[in-house]
Amino acid sequence: MTASAGETGGGMTEYIQHHLTYLTVQLRPGAFWTLHLDTVFFSLVFSVLFMIVFIGAARRATSGVPGRLQCAIEMMVEFVDRIVKETFGGKSRLVAPVAITIFVMVFLMNFMDLLPVDALPTFAKQVGLGHLRTVATADINTTLGMALCVFLLIQWVGITEKGLVTFFGEWFTAPFHAHGIVAKIALAPANLLLRLIEEAVRPLSLSLRLFGNMYAGELIFVLIAVLTLGSKLTHFATYGFGALQLGADFLWTGFHILIITLQAFIFGMLTIVYLSMAAERH
Amino acid sequence: MDIAVTLVVQGLAFFLVVWLVMHFGWPGFINALETRQKKIAEGLAAANKGQKDLDDAKLRAQEIIREARDKAAQIVEQANRRANEIVDDAKTAAVTEGQRLVAHAHEEISLEVTRAREGLRKQVAGLAVRGASRLLSREIDASAHADLLDKLELEIERG
Repeated sequence: MTASAGETGGGMTEYIQHHLTYLTVQLRPGAFWTLHLDTVFFSLVFSVLFMIVFIGAARRATSGVPGRLQCAIEMMVEFVDRIVKETFGGKSRLVAPVAITIFVMVFLMNFMDLLPVDALPTFAKQVGLGHLRTVATADINTTLGMALCVFLLIQWVGITEKGLVTFFGEWFTAPFHAHGIVAKIALAPANLLLRLIEEAVRPLSLSLRLFGNMYAGELIFVLIAVLTLGSKLTHFATYGFGALQLGADFLWTGFHILIITLQAFIFGMLTIVYLSMAAERH
Repeated sequence: MDIAVTLVVQGLAFFLVVWLVMHFGWPGFINALETRQKKIAEGLAAANKGQKDLDDAKLRAQEIIREARDKAAQIVEQANRRANEIVDDAKTAAVTEGQRLVAHAHEEISLEVTRAREGLRKQVAGLAVRGASRLLSREIDASAHADLLDKLELEIERG
């Protein structure tokens, strides 16, 4: 707990600030061109890991007696497939793979939250990296990036399932249905406005929910770590705070296991729901 | 919140992962699952059919056994009947033969009796003639009284 230990309250602020700072690289001048190397690195690691395991197992998948790995993945695949079949009425073959990718990727990236907050940053310091944030989903860029992909997929599924005319027609004729040409024209602006709000809210709610949960979770782990920041073994209070830290960390980790799983599930489930709604005619 | 180029990178990376998973991962598992499902369904159907066949065969076997048992019982009954017949026949034949033998014996006996009686009669007649001739030895000439003697002899024989 002494990564940036200081004796004063300033040390505490500095410690927290340090944990909330990304490892960045400036691609070009300008605020936009700041790349979060740590976020990209960890999501890339998990992407590659996931694809190697998943696609590798898919290549060797047999319809005979499955091995342990195939069984484990098949359980997940069947679970997702069942949910998609129950929810999604369209003919698109895209929904289930998207959902399983979201489940797994979000879960893996969330899972980094359960590692001790100082473990990887301390290691990074040893190899000369000043900052490191390990939870890629606690970066709004990751969650919003995924949510925007989902947003694009929603439009794509909407167009391919219903056709361009119906798809754009519904922008002006739903959710308020009208009979007669005058009423239709009168309701069109309201429909369009609602539609735009609806479409804009979806990626925002998806990304902010996940980001908020993971950011808060990470912050609480950092705050628990602060309990014994800069303390010395000769101080009596250290033992009290140490015990408190142990208990708090244990409880929060246990609780967080639920949160990371639930958040991965919610992101994937909402994606399925949104894609299903996009395929439905109003 | 510092939304920046990271967003683009993450979005594209996610898109790529989704695309790869969709094309190279998902179909493998779904195909394997569906094929296995079909195999299991076929296996279960075959097992059901096999069970049904077995039940049918058991029924048929029972029927055959019952028929065989009936036939065997029939055969045994027939054999018994035949045996009884044979015994009855033999009994009848034996009785007949016995009666025949007895009749034959009776005949023989009566023949013997007749013969013995005749012999006796001849001897009695002889004795009578001899006795009479002793009493009358001088006066009876066998040749002169042959008629008388023959008559006497005949009377004794009849008597």
